Amino acid sequence: MTASVNPILLDVSGLNAWYGAAHILFDVALNVRRGEVISLMGRNGAGKSTTLKAIMGLLSRSEGQINFLGQDIAGKAPFQVARMGLGFVPEDRRIFPDLTVTENLETGRQAPRQWADGSAALNWTPDALYELFPNLGRMQDRRGGQMSGGEQQMLTVARTLMGNPLLVLLDEPSEGVAPVIVEQMAHMILALKARGASILLSEQNFHFARLVSDRAYVLEKGQIMYEGSMQDLTHNSEIQRAYLSV
Amino acid sequence: MSGALLEVRDLYMAFGGVCAVDGITFDLHPGELLALIGPNGAGKSTTFNMVNGQLRASGGSVRLAEQELVGMKPRAIWRLGVGRTFQIAATFASFTVVENVQMAVMSHQQQIFSLWRPAANRYRDEALMLLKQVGMDAQADRACSELAYGDIKRVELAMALANNPRLLLMDEPTAGMAPRERNELMALTKRLVVERGMAVLFTEHSMDVVFAHADRIIVLARGKLIAEGEADEIRSHPKVKEVYFGNGLTFEHPPEPAVAARIPA
Amino acid sequence: MDLSALLAQLLNGLAGASSLFLVATGLSLIFGVTRIVNFAHGSFFMLGMYVSYSLIERIGVGPWRAVGFWGALVLAALAVGLLGALVEILLLRRIYKAPELFQLLATFALVLVFNDAALWIWGPEDLLGRRAPGLEGAIQLFGRAYPSYNLFLIVIGPAIFGLLWMLLTKTRWGVMVRAATHDREMLGALGVNQAWLFTGVFALGCMLAGLGGAVQLPRQPASLTVDISTIGDAFVVVVVGGMGSIPGAFLASLLIAEVKAICIGIGTVHLAGIEISFSKLTLVVEFLIMAVVLVIRPWGLLGRLQATSRNSAPVEAPLKPGSNWFRMTVIGVFLLMAMLPMLDQSLPYAAVLGQDILVAALFAVSLHFMMGPGGMHSFGHSAYYGLGSYGAAILVKLAFMPMPLAMLVAPLVAGLGALLFGWFCVRLSGVYLAMLTLAFSQIVWSVVFQWDAVTGGSNGMVGIWPEDWLSGTRYYYLTLVLVGLSVYALRRFVFAPFGYAMRAGRDSSLRAEAIGIDVKLVQWLAFTIAGVFGGLAGTLYIFSKGSVSPDVISVSKSVDGLVMVLLGGIQSLTGPVIGAAVFGVLQDWVMRATDYWRALFGGIILFLVLAFPEGLAGISRQIETLWQLYRPAVGVVRREKLT
Repeated sequence: MTASVNPILLDVSGLNAWYGAAHILFDVALNVRRGEVISLMGRNGAGKSTTLKAIMGLLSRSEGQINFLGQDIAGKAPFQVARMGLGFVPEDRRIFPDLTVTENLETGRQAPRQWADGSAALNWTPDALYELFPNLGRMQDRRGGQMSGGEQQMLTVARTLMGNPLLVLLDEPSEGVAPVIVEQMAHMILALKARGASILLSEQNFHFARLVSDRAYVLEKGQIMYEGSMQDLTHNSEIQRAYLSV
Repeated sequence: MSGALLEVRDLYMAFGGVCAVDGITFDLHPGELLALIGPNGAGKSTTFNMVNGQLRASGGSVRLAEQELVGMKPRAIWRLGVGRTFQIAATFASFTVVENVQMAVMSHQQQIFSLWRPAANRYRDEALMLLKQVGMDAQADRACSELAYGDIKRVELAMALANNPRLLLMDEPTAGMAPRERNELMALTKRLVVERGMAVLFTEHSMDVVFAHADRIIVLARGKLIAEGEADEIRSHPKVKEVYFGNGLTFEHPPEPAVAARIPA
Repeated sequence: MDLSALLAQLLNGLAGASSLFLVATGLSLIFGVTRIVNFAHGSFFMLGMYVSYSLIERIGVGPWRAVGFWGALVLAALAVGLLGALVEILLLRRIYKAPELFQLLATFALVLVFNDAALWIWGPEDLLGRRAPGLEGAIQLFGRAYPSYNLFLIVIGPAIFGLLWMLLTKTRWGVMVRAATHDREMLGALGVNQAWLFTGVFALGCMLAGLGGAVQLPRQPASLTVDISTIGDAFVVVVVGGMGSIPGAFLASLLIAEVKAICIGIGTVHLAGIEISFSKLTLVVEFLIMAVVLVIRPWGLLGRLQATSRNSAPVEAPLKPGSNWFRMTVIGVFLLMAMLPMLDQSLPYAAVLGQDILVAALFAVSLHFMMGPGGMHSFGHSAYYGLGSYGAAILVKLAFMPMPLAMLVAPLVAGLGALLFGWFCVRLSGVYLAMLTLAFSQIVWSVVFQWDAVTGGSNGMVGIWPEDWLSGTRYYYLTLVLVGLSVYALRRFVFAPFGYAMRAGRDSSLRAEAIGIDVKLVQWLAFTIAGVFGGLAGTLYIFSKGSVSPDVISVSKSVDGLVMVLLGGIQSLTGPVIGAAVFGVLQDWVMRATDYWRALFGGIILFLVLAFPEGLAGISRQIETLWQLYRPAVGVVRREKLT
């Protein structure tokens, strides 16, 4: 079964968002199907992170339809959205520095989930995550604040997975970390995908995005300018030049 | 080496017994863009902060045109002609663009403690000239808080130029920018370096930027300098590959089949 | 003092530390998680005393009195915790996104409301609690009688500390609380309902305060002044220990209670012919400890640098020189003020109120100078007001200085005070700086309060009037001119390079230092300038009233200034003047309207905070923002009509 015939998990349409009086997003529409990895691309300030935050309910002012698993989640508080099975990994890591690795994972823990058809969703335990991120397994009692940037990046993903999300929103995973860590992140995303996880990520690094994703949306000044398969985007140098300034 | 503007010798820093920077040595010449790269936590920021005086080195020396900088306050080092930009661009959010640069010029002209005549018209022309050099003169009277991030970076650069620096320290200058903006900013920097005979020391995670714009590269890992040289030498350096680059999949164009193979159907 | 007396005093100190710890740790916990500095925490302590008093009078008598007594302590704590939960749900939830200082203002309004509520319910008399059944007597320790109830107090502090520690480290709830201390928004995005977490923490903190009050009742009568004195002590403990650190609060409460106890034990000592009263020092000693600790360890004994809060005020707009319309308005207001004395037939009171408002405006503008452009929040600006007024009084009364000269010198005295205190304060930032300013104002207050021979102690000083040729209406005009000139000068400073440097240091001290601005020096000078003009306000005040009492240096005087600045809107240069005027008129009206003016005044503040989180001057901006949101829609409609 290919991803394109899988059911739609997240369906966003007519999404508008503001920071203060500044209008940032204009009628953004996108969808994610089960099992897909989707990249939301565009330059800095194009509205990628804003889109993810708006979906998550983290903005004080946004409008539009955000349909997740057939339910409208627009206007819900972030914790309610998270409890419905949307996991969010922020761009600036935001791990809890005073808490140990184990405690950090504990903050993300939610009960196991089922899909609508009754089948069990991926169910993560600390041990399973330590297997996926061997580095973390070796430092379970270390405080978050004493970890390197790359390790924190792994921890923030693991913490979100503890909520057994049905869809993960991953904000700029490659920003500000060494290339070798970016590569690990790519491997990690591919490993999750192989287990059937669905991911919507915002990304500026075109090389990274095309390594990991099936489809892409390109944002410019808060509007979707392009959508299509990653393969098509790879060959569309016009779009790349115009909006990704590659 | 003779003719170096900045000479760093056996620089050493320990925090509570943990060694953050372990005896690094390098030179920087006028007109040169030197990239300082390495994994997170390798000691890049610490090195930076020792050069500009924010941290006092536990050992070693930093000399700017023969003058020892270790032990001097950041302000004093600034007055000697060392400018700096920050990883997260820091401008004065409640100022207009031109006021930000005017502030830097007023400080350079030692007018901070002037209490009466309004600041608005002081050195406005000088500030506009500096803004013109970074291509921001058209937005001079906008509030800084409304600017796009790439533009804030340019304003920051104009501020750093206000005291005619001989050395510019740039901490991840292109972080958070799109590829084209990155190249534009670094090309601008290179032009200013040549025009003004400055030198630039910068840290950077974008290898595209480093390979395209740095004249020379030094690599730190765990506080030690593990490699030094031009782009090609560093690119193929096995140790640097191991600790920092990885396979280069995420910053260089891999051959097409490799991509296809990596993405499961 | 012999050894046994010293030991007894040390034990007294331990007993005192427990109650202090209970109230301080609640404050610290609440601040850590919600980032709200709960000014009303002392009020919860006070309510704990009153509620347990009432409960004990009801169920702590008769044959079951032992059960009743101890049950009453627990019930009182629970009741106060419940009240805390209500306050959190009804009030604080609405203002978590407001700027820090507004939250402070709201909790201060609660202080006023609770105080009048207690006055209404329990009356103005102090209420002495019953002794604890089974612990009425004394035991023999080191050959001295020692109250056995103190032993209970000595145990309860460490016991609660241990329980809290277990709660925070061993339970999931505790892990969540510690996580929320660092980043509550992130915790929400992980699926944690922070609203209930906050309610829980606030209720727990209030419950601890209530318990602290309840267990203190057998030692100290419940009174209406307990709230402010307790909050002062609790602030000191929390700041010395480190904001948000519970072990820090424990350590600090021990340190402060012991040093106080030792001071009492030492009593009066003659040293080289000078009489030093250590027991009188107790009023000041905790603030001295705080000042010393903050200079050595700026974030407290066990505290750490606080991450800047994620919901600070919106970015200030660039400064614009006043428009012609603005200048005309200012001249118009000035002329109106000048006409007030001519109304002495129809409105004789207008000039008196005008005089008060002028002084208040200068006080507020000087405070705003350091808080707004300077970014240094002060809870202790009354120190300079007090130094200005007492300085003038002493110069006239004891140094026999002519009044005009005294008017010139007294603000400089205040400036000297600000120069000294400012040197310490500018080393810190944020809440810590604010607490240190509070500490210094308390030190000034204590010195004035206790130095009977010079300051007249609690009676204050009287008979300080302007010289004849400057009295009456002339003094009003002198005030008008001096206040006008001062406000103009402070405005010039803000528009000059110095004011720009102040704002630069506030916006980004990192960047300011990197372009060669000595941020600390700029702040120090700004602090001193604010002190001089705050002092001038105090000087103008005393010659208009003829007398002065230590009240002018009290915490509530400082808070008055804060209210004025925040009412007017901290981001606006005209804000403090508007705020002072509104405050003056409101206070005057409210105080005449009812005996429970504090509660009414608190209610008004709460209403204003909830309705206008950007201050009164911010109203125009709120309208403007609404207009901007509305305008594009209008534009669209118009365009549609055209096509």
